[in-house]
Amino acid sequence: MTNSVPEFSEHTRCFLITGSNTTEAHPLVASHVMKAKERGAKVIVVDPRRVQIAQLADLYLQPRPGTDVAWLNGLMYVIVTEELADQEFIEKRTEGFEEMWRVVQQYPPERVEEITGIPADDLRAAARMYAQNKPAAVLYTMGITQHTTGVDNVKCIANLAMLTGNLGIPGGGVNPLRGQNNVQGACDMGGLPNVYPAYQPVTSPEAKAKFEAAWGVEGLSDRVGLTVVEMVHAAGEGRLRALYVMGENPLLSDPDIQHARECLEKLDFLVVQDIFPTETTELAHVVLPGAAFAEKDGTFTATDRRIQRVRKAVDPPGQAKADWEILCRLGQRLGAPGFDFASPEEIMAEITRVAPSYGGVTYERLDREGSLQWPVPAVDHPGTPYLHKEKFTRGLGRFHAIEFHEAAELPDEEYPFILTTGRIMFQYHTGTMTRRSPKLEQEAPEPYVEMHPDDAARIGLDGIRRVRVVSRRGAIEVAVRLTERIRPGVVFIPFHYAEAAANILTHAALDPVAKIPELKVCAVRVEPVP
Amino acid sequence: MDYRNILTICPYCGTGCGLYLQLLDGEIVGVLPAKEHPVSQGKLCIKGWNAAAFLRHPDRLKVPLIREGDRFREASWDEALGLVAERLLHIRDTYGPDAVGFLVSARCTNEENYLAQKLARAVFKTNNVDHCARL
Repeated sequence: MTNSVPEFSEHTRCFLITGSNTTEAHPLVASHVMKAKERGAKVIVVDPRRVQIAQLADLYLQPRPGTDVAWLNGLMYVIVTEELADQEFIEKRTEGFEEMWRVVQQYPPERVEEITGIPADDLRAAARMYAQNKPAAVLYTMGITQHTTGVDNVKCIANLAMLTGNLGIPGGGVNPLRGQNNVQGACDMGGLPNVYPAYQPVTSPEAKAKFEAAWGVEGLSDRVGLTVVEMVHAAGEGRLRALYVMGENPLLSDPDIQHARECLEKLDFLVVQDIFPTETTELAHVVLPGAAFAEKDGTFTATDRRIQRVRKAVDPPGQAKADWEILCRLGQRLGAPGFDFASPEEIMAEITRVAPSYGGVTYERLDREGSLQWPVPAVDHPGTPYLHKEKFTRGLGRFHAIEFHEAAELPDEEYPFILTTGRIMFQYHTGTMTRRSPKLEQEAPEPYVEMHPDDAARIGLDGIRRVRVVSRRGAIEVAVRLTERIRPGVVFIPFHYAEAAANILTHAALDPVAKIPELKVCAVRVEPVP
Repeated sequence: MDYRNILTICPYCGTGCGLYLQLLDGEIVGVLPAKEHPVSQGKLCIKGWNAAAFLRHPDRLKVPLIREGDRFREASWDEALGLVAERLLHIRDTYGPDAVGFLVSARCTNEENYLAQKLARAVFKTNNVDHCARL
């Protein structure tokens, strides 16, 4: 996130929430939106499902899934043609406006309506509301990113924020709400195939030399590695022979999981370190028992770049060990230097030496100050609640000219519905923890598909409550829930449930840059199960 | 009786709400929201209130396991880590560094993710490091 969650309730005057079921997936972020609403802030929700937060929206737009570039360009068309853009910001802080405009001018609201199904006047109203209530914050999640055009979607959001001068001010910004407690931190720490900690590129000779010196090794690889989905495919092709999995369950979270399973079965060696048996540990050659959050010390980094202390309350069960201890022991077993840490605090001391944005982090400061938002380059630096204050990291902010492209798999006669997937309030990701938490499981024990009543009538459901959902990859049987909150022609399945895994149906088409799978659009048919 | 509250962070979504684990004689007996937390401000969602509910579930993995045919057998840490080290090094030396991959974790701490990518890069010389950031 460019900005901070507390700014939403304090400063934001307009929210554009898209591809985010905020009240269910990020309830305490939603509470800041509600507080802002109480003092008069405007709320625009754009989502194929009329999710709960849409009920408090001043404007709700329901696009066809996979058409985000079109409606985002359409918003910008209206803002420019109605002279609502922030000319001063564009002139002083950005470049590339003209190239961007050459594309955006081809997206008048009437054309956008044809592509997205959003009525042209609703789009105009949304553009005016967003542009005329500054600071305005865009909030989004995987509904924007899990597309073959995921990077394009995000660039369009950045364009929109720059066009209206909503970057570098409190309460504005481009704000992806991260879905996992430490997904931000895992990225910050270099848990990605293209960067060392603090986003230093593995292809940079300076970064390579820096880490070789810091780690006392030679010959670090300067080739970008494989992403999760690419590793799974590489395993299927015999290029990847061994996989070490720490606290992840790709065999429920990845697209097209039947294919993923066939690929991982070909590995010569699979190690899984986790706290519970999962679909992935079933295939492992060695399973190592790790520790849960309450059983170890360390830090998590929240969605607004907020570094916070996690504190040990109890010991792990049986012989299970904190994951950092397991990694230290394995490193020593491998004969490697630099794995003899006595505590997470010692590891953080090393992190602060190699990751400039974490340079000023100490456990003592976190204990005293509660949290620190990166970049926090020095011990006397207060941290950074919002980014891009007087200039962007690269200097001038760059507008990108982005054309609309359809999703990789569109509905046809055989598979007439668009399937989109997501989360629900009571379950979490692959359910490893929530499905073993009695009160949560009791609230939402069963997988289901959400469908519009008109669609149900069209396929002749006629009171039948179970359906088979079929895609080109596979089929699952689930209960059906009829609801007018979903766009006709679209069905929704939460992906938490192994017994009817939505990801049996999804496909692994990837965004060409971010390599994120298009989990939010694939084609399915729905058949009654008599 | 020894009663204490341990201030920590919710293990679920990326909001990062503050919560206290209530400890009575060394066992977690409940969860309380942290009033002074800048984001959660004394509130939690239903997942946060139930953040400790799975910790003592009987399914927890408690012992290292090694596959033998279709089954797992229990092993010591020494044996399990010895096997992991030997097999990973063998595969690296036979097929090259990029035949090995590491999935680090959006669920684990910064310190653990740092160590895991350091292991991949410094010991195995591969950048095949990723996690479910995109999922």
